[in-house]
Amino acid sequence: MKLTSAPVVKIDKLWTVFHQAGHEAVIHQDLDLRIESGEMLSIVGGSGSGKTVLLRQILGLETPTRGRVSVLGQPASQMGSEGAASRVGMLFQHGALFSAFTVLDNIAFALRELKTLPAALIRDVAMVKLQMVGLDPSQAHKMPADLSGGMVKRAALARALVMDPPLLLLDEPTAGLDPDSADAFCALLRSLHRELGLTVVMVTHDLDTLFELSTRIAVVADRHIVVSGTPAEVMASAHPFVHDFFCGARGRRAASLLQQHPATV
Amino acid sequence: MADNRPSIERQSTPEGISVLLTGNWTAACLAEPATWPQIESELAACATADTLRMSWDLRKLQRLDHTGAQVLWNAWAHRWPASLLLQEAQRAMLTTVARYTTAPPRPTRKSLWQLFLLLGDKLFMLSEHITYFIRLNGQLLLDSLKMASKPRRGPWRDVSGHLYSIGATALPITALVGFLIGVVLAYLMSLQLRQFGANAFIVDILGISLIRELGPVLAAILIAGRSGSAITAQIGVMRVTEELDAMRVMGIAKGYRLVLPRAIALAIAMPLLTVWTTLSALLGGMLASDLVMDVTPAYFFEALPRAVQVSNLALAVGKSVVFGLLIALIGCHYGLRVKPNTESLGQGTTSSVVTSITMVILVDALFAVIFKDIGI
Repeated sequence: MKLTSAPVVKIDKLWTVFHQAGHEAVIHQDLDLRIESGEMLSIVGGSGSGKTVLLRQILGLETPTRGRVSVLGQPASQMGSEGAASRVGMLFQHGALFSAFTVLDNIAFALRELKTLPAALIRDVAMVKLQMVGLDPSQAHKMPADLSGGMVKRAALARALVMDPPLLLLDEPTAGLDPDSADAFCALLRSLHRELGLTVVMVTHDLDTLFELSTRIAVVADRHIVVSGTPAEVMASAHPFVHDFFCGARGRRAASLLQQHPATV
Repeated sequence: MADNRPSIERQSTPEGISVLLTGNWTAACLAEPATWPQIESELAACATADTLRMSWDLRKLQRLDHTGAQVLWNAWAHRWPASLLLQEAQRAMLTTVARYTTAPPRPTRKSLWQLFLLLGDKLFMLSEHITYFIRLNGQLLLDSLKMASKPRRGPWRDVSGHLYSIGATALPITALVGFLIGVVLAYLMSLQLRQFGANAFIVDILGISLIRELGPVLAAILIAGRSGSAITAQIGVMRVTEELDAMRVMGIAKGYRLVLPRAIALAIAMPLLTVWTTLSALLGGMLASDLVMDVTPAYFFEALPRAVQVSNLALAVGKSVVFGLLIALIGCHYGLRVKPNTESLGQGTTSSVVTSITMVILVDALFAVIFKDIGI
């Protein structure tokens, strides 16, 4: 893997303003963010703080009102051009598998669109990716509608990784999965991150996923990044949102349960 | 890009042939139209010699991804070559590829017997469609009785909303199409009528054909394409997003809230649109007759009531109420049968439009046969 010293994602002075009937809603204001190669960065923030919007801006699906977003040295607005699958992979929250194709065809789609590689090779590559994400070869010809939630996420991950992009974006990777599947999916992401040397950016609300995977956490609040650093550094921050998020009701409840029934745990 | 193009070099060394790989062996670079044929032929040339005896040197590779590794693994016929020089990361990648390379399971083919059984399946599906459609009709009847007994609790807001979106917004397009059809008909007829010097009969021809047949059918076909598809898509999307299930859980009857308002709206809007389309078609025909055949509008107005009996108008309006109900019911029928995936939504919408247009024409033929003695 080629390691570049320049940041993979560079966001400068980003402004996002949504115009709704009559008034303007400022989502991001002078937001700066750098994501270095090989990082596993989690973006956290309250509902409506614009985490997913940020992800979509990195992908070039939305254009910021002001400011610059560049990905792998190119402006993000050019991300959607031809061959984008080899630069960035995105795992959408609900998978976004093409429902008209089988799992294998979904995974092979980006390679087939290149129109030069032979079908047998593409099929082999897709089968390897299918098994790398922990699916069984017998699932290859199933339709997305016949898959469980966890399998959809795995198939979508295989599709995102088929061209081995250096950058992988994840939107709520473990949302809607049962605890077992979520753990397995985290382990899978971690091993892929290690093996392929990926740079991973994810948006998640799940504290377990957050602490298990992130090498760095960036907290979006008050329209910009308030803290960014290792999980320990972020936990130590005095910002009220950070305090509520990590030491909020859920954390306290868990702690109080531990105190009430120390023997059973 | 030129300097890191993937390439293969074969060198003869005292120990045998050694193969040196350079460049970016990644999916995007390999798939360059100029590059892939070269790589393919080089690899084929290597394959004809004894591939596994050669010494493969991968250390100069700038990048290798899973596609590149797969290309090599396939060239080696799924075995490790005797002599292989490579970096640790490349070995890991090749090992992964080696471990997971399997042929996909064969898609299950249907036997002839199963294909034969599919015919029966089709028949059952048809009978299921018919049963479902009859049930929908019955439900509509029950719902309208329920609404008639408690009119204050009816879904009136929905009815008026659909009346607007199905009826009012269709006014421009139906007027335009009707007008043009009127003009075309008048022009074509003028060529024939002039041969017999029977110019005055244009009024009879336009009057009968437009009021009795073309007006209702034209409007119904336009609305089937425009609103029939919209009804199927709306209800189908509600299925895909589980909104229908949500309504059911709340105890709200979908027949009462979804089918009934649309059926009422179309049953009201369709005759009005028919009259509107017919009027604009007559206007087009009248103007064209004036231009081509010197049949003045004044004569047109005078001759029209004599040429066309009032019963034709009643027949046209009655027909279009039936058309409207048919379009609404067929639209709802296919919408409610959509399965929760996008493909089924597309199929449902297509079937809905095709079926409703076919049914409109079929029912029109039925009316023509039954009422052949009336109004002509």
